[in-house]
Amino acid sequence: MKVSRLTQILSIRGLSVEYLTPRGNLKAVRNVNLDVEKGETLFLVGESGAGKSTLGLTILKLLPERAARIISGKVLFLEGERNLDVTELKGEGLRRFRWKNISMVFQGAMNSLNPIMRIRDQLYDVIQAHGMKISKKEAYERMKSLLDMVKLESDRILGSYPHQLSGGMRQRVMIAMSLLLDPKIIILDEPTTALDVLTQKNIMNVLKEIKSRLNLTMIFITHDLSLAAEMADRIAIMYAGTIVEIGEVNQIFYHPRHPYTAALLKSVPRLSSEIESIESIPGSPPDMINPPKGCKFHPRCPYKHEICMLEEPLLKEVEKNHYTACWMDNDGKSP
Amino acid sequence: MSRTTFKSQLSKTIDLFKLIFSSKSGTVGLMILLVYILMAAFGSIIRPLDTMPRPYQMYLPPSLEHPLGTDNQGRDTLSYIVNGAFSVLYISFVASLLSVGIAALIGCVSGFKGGKIDSTLMYLADVMLNIPQFPLMAVLSGIMRLTDLFLAMLMGVLSWPSLAKAIRSQVLSLKERDFIEAARMLDLGTRHIIFSEFMPNLMPYIAVSFALAMTYSIYNYVGLVFLGLVPFTAQNWGVMINHAWVLGGIYNRDSLLWIISPIAAIIGLEIGIIMFSRGLEAVFNPRLRT
Amino acid sequence: MENLLELRDVSKAYRVGGLLSRIFVNAIEDIQLELKAGEILSLVGESGCGKTTTGKVAVGLIKPTRGKVLYKGKDIWSMKKHEFKDYRKDVQMIHQDPYSSLNPVLTVYQILSSPLFRHSIVQNKEQAISKIEELLELVDLTPPEQYISKYPHQLSGGERQRVVIARTLTLNPKLIVADEPVSMIDVSLRASILNILLDLKEKFGVSYIYITHDLLTAKYFSKDYRLAIMYLGGIVEMGRTDKTINDPIHPYTKALLSALPEPDPKVTRSKKTMQLRSLDVPSLLRVPEGCRFHPRCPFFKEGVCDKERPRLVEVEKDRFVACFLYES
Repeated sequence: MKVSRLTQILSIRGLSVEYLTPRGNLKAVRNVNLDVEKGETLFLVGESGAGKSTLGLTILKLLPERAARIISGKVLFLEGERNLDVTELKGEGLRRFRWKNISMVFQGAMNSLNPIMRIRDQLYDVIQAHGMKISKKEAYERMKSLLDMVKLESDRILGSYPHQLSGGMRQRVMIAMSLLLDPKIIILDEPTTALDVLTQKNIMNVLKEIKSRLNLTMIFITHDLSLAAEMADRIAIMYAGTIVEIGEVNQIFYHPRHPYTAALLKSVPRLSSEIESIESIPGSPPDMINPPKGCKFHPRCPYKHEICMLEEPLLKEVEKNHYTACWMDNDGKSP
Repeated sequence: MSRTTFKSQLSKTIDLFKLIFSSKSGTVGLMILLVYILMAAFGSIIRPLDTMPRPYQMYLPPSLEHPLGTDNQGRDTLSYIVNGAFSVLYISFVASLLSVGIAALIGCVSGFKGGKIDSTLMYLADVMLNIPQFPLMAVLSGIMRLTDLFLAMLMGVLSWPSLAKAIRSQVLSLKERDFIEAARMLDLGTRHIIFSEFMPNLMPYIAVSFALAMTYSIYNYVGLVFLGLVPFTAQNWGVMINHAWVLGGIYNRDSLLWIISPIAAIIGLEIGIIMFSRGLEAVFNPRLRT
Repeated sequence: MENLLELRDVSKAYRVGGLLSRIFVNAIEDIQLELKAGEILSLVGESGCGKTTTGKVAVGLIKPTRGKVLYKGKDIWSMKKHEFKDYRKDVQMIHQDPYSSLNPVLTVYQILSSPLFRHSIVQNKEQAISKIEELLELVDLTPPEQYISKYPHQLSGGERQRVVIARTLTLNPKLIVADEPVSMIDVSLRASILNILLDLKEKFGVSYIYITHDLLTAKYFSKDYRLAIMYLGGIVEMGRTDKTINDPIHPYTKALLSALPEPDPKVTRSKKTMQLRSLDVPSLLRVPEGCRFHPRCPFFKEGVCDKERPRLVEVEKDRFVACFLYES
């Protein structure tokens, strides 16, 4: 991962996470290596079960303790001279780290606002809970400026209850909430799923603006390739718990090198194009409790060879800044 | 033709038992219940009631001949326990069957039909909930002669309301589910929808309610007997507790076994019922099977 | 050719705020729809626009407060019992959520055999199994023996949805209302489900009303047929799919198309977004006076758009719009 060492802010090395289920251990994240550059917008794209949400939660060590285990690896937060391994943090140290350095907007976050508290009290709670030493007046100033940044009328919103706001507004409140302690990185997990198209566009615009204003690093988790097309600097495609391809946005969309990426692009209908048909990928995602040997995509891959069934390929560079985990040396188009 | 159906019935029953045995709870529960059922069925034959008073054998400690010792008149405690099993099982089973049966019917009809039928039935349930069961049965016992069967039926008829309400709310929530809507669209008919679509989903709830109803009616019955409000026989567990209590069984270290035995028998039965119903979870809910 | 299904001036109101409240809200208002045999109509709109309600009215699950639902020319709510039974068999629905549309305690066999036995399509178990295997093959669940004794929780989302489709096919329907059939399915698997539905149209002449919030799958599914855009309880634009998408007329349709992100960075980043007057999303509880879209519409004309509600009028052959910009 040749992202410049000087501008890296997060470095994930050999991360593996398993969920403990009655049927066996579900390998949700397998040997993920990922470097995130300061100020970039990185999209983690994958379908259900790919492991992207788990990866996001692991970065903040938010996994349910008894059900999930970090098997191996490190999540290094790089700040100037020091490197902090999130996986080693515990208790008070972990609490102080979260929200202040990295924060997260969860899936369905807009439904996790406390229905019987006013917005301003909930926002203030966050500030207090993380021991931010500022006066009440300063806190309110901060809340107001953040709400303005997400295009909400602070006077009206602060005194409202969640049910008085629409879904899109609540989502913007959650985004503002995640910025309260001035984090360097913000992780967003499917922030626009339950929202309609016009509101989604709205939120995306808001995100673009705060990103440039605050020079934030954003990690965006989604299954929607179109959102990645709109906003990504780099995209990491995840399948069966690992990154199968990673590269700059134009590289991924215009010369995908992994068969899964190519197939994914072919399965999405487009508005303005002559491509009239969409194709499904045959088969279904693998059972991650007993995954197949070798490359996890091989049962569904049109290019599979002997070696694909035996050994799992690692990410290798195919272009500058573009890596793919595939044994074949093809360019992702049909033979 | 009949051979294949017999075979399939047999394999279905075998599967059923396999499922029950797949959970520790279910296996242990089933074992415990079997013990009680055998006691109820064959107890009187294998270990007939020891009615001969032998004061010189009073309060004997447990031994091979008297595993649970003897009571205040030197009679074998175990024989009393074993012979008392039948009436407890019988009464609580009948009462629970009646109670759960009525509750399920009323709850389903009420939840499914809605409207005036629903309001009327629930009003009736509310009225009955306000009738204190225990005192009522106590009063009735003073007015008329309560046989075991009548008592069981009375308990059953009085305790359906709260369960009916609970079943009704389950039905209300299930009613909105897409698969019920689909069943209506396919014109499968009200009877089919209630019995083939709703009921199987309610079974886990009903099974657990049945188990709880049994424990509840056991307490009721034993309590009534303990207070001397219903006709009893000496081997009745409630009577045993009563006798032991009244005759000072708790004041003597040697006689403790006499009073504890029936209590332990009751608790053991209830534990068996509850554990077994937990084991039934996998039977009724396919999602819990591996 | 006569219409297979027609909705005329259909409205559905719900009481809001308790049994004794006098406040009513129109989930849908003045809906005009028609569908001929062998056709596909997509109903596109965002959540709360009333498309699901319209679907349920079309299928006879909801009785409209006003207006008529005509099946083969007859009002379904005035039909005699046996006529309604026929309608019931002919018109079926597919739900969005493959996780709740199958009874979790029944096997695939039990789910599919119930309607077969109930309507005497088969007489015994052997016939049922063979018919079920036929149906499973139609929806690409092969080999069918593998699926027949499974419980829903043992199947993936895509497989469940296919069982749902097989179930609707048991009664040989003429019209299927598909309510967001692929929204809860992984993107890479959607095409296969949609293709199965389209195949059924080729094989058996099934007509479809396809309900979705995703304009792009609608574009694919009702290609060569028609599309209707719904907003806050009413239809704002209706016409041929390709024309409506390539040359939208109603401002809301235009806004939708300009806001739709596309899986192509160059295209989507150079798209001109239509600026809306307000960012607020109105709710059904407070539908704006006059044209429902006027508070957000960039072409808003004071005194016109906020006074009366525009009716759906034909502005070109087979193109309908409800907008004052186009009323004669």
